[in-house]
Amino acid sequence: MLIFCLLVVVIFSFTFDPGSEYTKEAAPGILWVAFTFSGMLGLNRTFSHEVDTGSIHGILLAPIDRGAIYLGKTIGSFIFMFIVEIFTLPFFIVLFDLNLENHFLQLVTIIFLATIGFVAVGTLFSAMTVHTKTRELMLPILLFPVMIPVILAAVNATGSILNLDEWSKILGWIRILVAFDLAFIVLSYLTFDFVVEE
Amino acid sequence: MERTTLLRKMQLIIGVLLFIGMLISLYNVFIMVPTEKKMGIVQRIFYFHVPSAMMSFLAFFTVAGFSIAFLVKRNLWYDRVAVICGEIGVLFTTIALITGSIWARPIWNTYWSWDARLTTFLILWFIYVAYLMLRDYVGEDERGARFAAVFAIIGTLDIPIVYFSIRWWRTLHPSPVIAGGEGSGLHPDMAYTLFFSMIVFVFLFLFLVIARLRVENSRMILAEIKRTHILSSN
Amino acid sequence: MIKVQQLTKIYNKQFALRGLDLEINYGQCLCILGPNGAGKSTFIRILATLSRPNRGDILVDGTSVFAAPAAFRRKLGLIAHATFLYPELTARENLIFYAALYQIANPDTRVDDLLKTVGLAHRSDDRVRTFSRGMQQRLAIARAILNEPEILLLDEPYTGLDQSASQLLTDRIVELKTAKRTIVLITHNIQQGYQLADKIAIFREGRVALECDTGAMSELEFQQKYNEIVTAGGKN
Repeated sequence: MLIFCLLVVVIFSFTFDPGSEYTKEAAPGILWVAFTFSGMLGLNRTFSHEVDTGSIHGILLAPIDRGAIYLGKTIGSFIFMFIVEIFTLPFFIVLFDLNLENHFLQLVTIIFLATIGFVAVGTLFSAMTVHTKTRELMLPILLFPVMIPVILAAVNATGSILNLDEWSKILGWIRILVAFDLAFIVLSYLTFDFVVEE
Repeated sequence: MERTTLLRKMQLIIGVLLFIGMLISLYNVFIMVPTEKKMGIVQRIFYFHVPSAMMSFLAFFTVAGFSIAFLVKRNLWYDRVAVICGEIGVLFTTIALITGSIWARPIWNTYWSWDARLTTFLILWFIYVAYLMLRDYVGEDERGARFAAVFAIIGTLDIPIVYFSIRWWRTLHPSPVIAGGEGSGLHPDMAYTLFFSMIVFVFLFLFLVIARLRVENSRMILAEIKRTHILSSN
Repeated sequence: MIKVQQLTKIYNKQFALRGLDLEINYGQCLCILGPNGAGKSTFIRILATLSRPNRGDILVDGTSVFAAPAAFRRKLGLIAHATFLYPELTARENLIFYAALYQIANPDTRVDDLLKTVGLAHRSDDRVRTFSRGMQQRLAIARAILNEPEILLLDEPYTGLDQSASQLLTDRIVELKTAKRTIVLITHNIQQGYQLADKIAIFREGRVALECDTGAMSELEFQQKYNEIVTAGGKN
């Protein structure tokens, strides 16, 4: 996952001329292409191992709320994806020759919020796509259209941060991300039960 | 068998009403209603575009409603109605997108723009195509029904967030003319034509739903016949 | 008492269960027999709250299990053909993990006891992947009785078991029977089912075709009755 993510950043960085005008324009998009694709790789595997070995039923038989299983899986996926992102970030900054000044924490905040939204819905969908014939293909088809607000917010906010815009410009995007995160964590928590039953 | 005759009768009645309504509506749109001054003849597509867009919303709200009902009651007919409305919704969304593009070419000088409403509609289309694919690609029928229902609920909640996030980004679509202020008022003939066209589209929607339900009903009867046949033959 | 009412489940557009009614008393050992596709496994899945019915209900002491499934699952143990074990974890790690899910006090001692009972103490730190089918099934038995279930569900547990593992399983079942636990057993082996059970139910086409106490009929009579019912299913 990490290697894949780094690879995307590296390949795109040398296809663009360093220091050209477009690099800065394209950088946020490339960063989030790398993040979402590698995140997708991780999410595809959230349930596949347990469904294939049948141990998922062992967990489902446990006397716990199914929502707790959802939250556990989501937190797990989040940690993986966030670590990958944090490791990729320095390479991204170096390869694209970016100057973040004191905006580094803002970028981390955006990554944090967007990743929550991504794994919140992704974990739910991954529990579905694991039962489809074409697992790896189905997840992006389901996830990308629903993820539009998150991707749009993340890319634009990252763009603003790279331009060293003021905090107020990013605030609107943060609102959308927070609204998305809250709405979909709650909804996924409530509907997860329907997804995992036989 | 009761369901079979009931559906047939309903389809017949709605079919007749739809046929008459459509003739009147076509007369309204192409002959009766005056041509809009600024936009010219192309504005008439508006009487198909707006109702199609409305019907796709109606369809997708029905999908969401029946999906919730299915998850609560576990009646597989609710799931069938939801899927059928999903299919019809995709159809109407496609029509709305195409008629919109045809209208936009002479008026905005481009087929497509990344305006909030257009983009939202496109995303809506993608979400419901994904919905239909998911329903098909899950091996087991009942599980597919549950997954699709959950996905429809997520998708429906997602649409307003998509809309707001894109509006935050950029916008160009004409503000709604019907609900707008005095300046944007419609000519009474135009309002009537649009309203009538809307009603006809509702009938078209119902007609398609019932036609598809009849197909599903026949499928179920066929499956039952097959089952009893297989049981008796071995 | 567990009361199954009008349980209906549609699977792939076909009825797996069509209005199944059944009563199971506490402390009873119920054996479910029936041809393939009669709905036995579907019934166990629903009873284990892994699946939900399209219609009908299961009442435990008058309240639906689907109202508070987590509380009901606390009382359950399930042994099926699949072991529910993680092949990459050791035997002990598997049991410790499940003990945590069941919030069992003193998991270490409980797990050690169980590993001894099922005869796997010497392999407890080996990965389950390296185990034979019989050993995996032993561990699955340990997993199922980890929480000392009041109701034990067994879905064809004898398939793939070697002699000693089957004996171990039978011993556990007898032990739980004397401890007045409720047992629901699905099997293909009529003789074995008859000997273990207090009550027998034969399923056919998603309904209960025959329900009787083992005391009411001799084994031979029962065998004949079973053949009658199953062959009748093929010809109507």
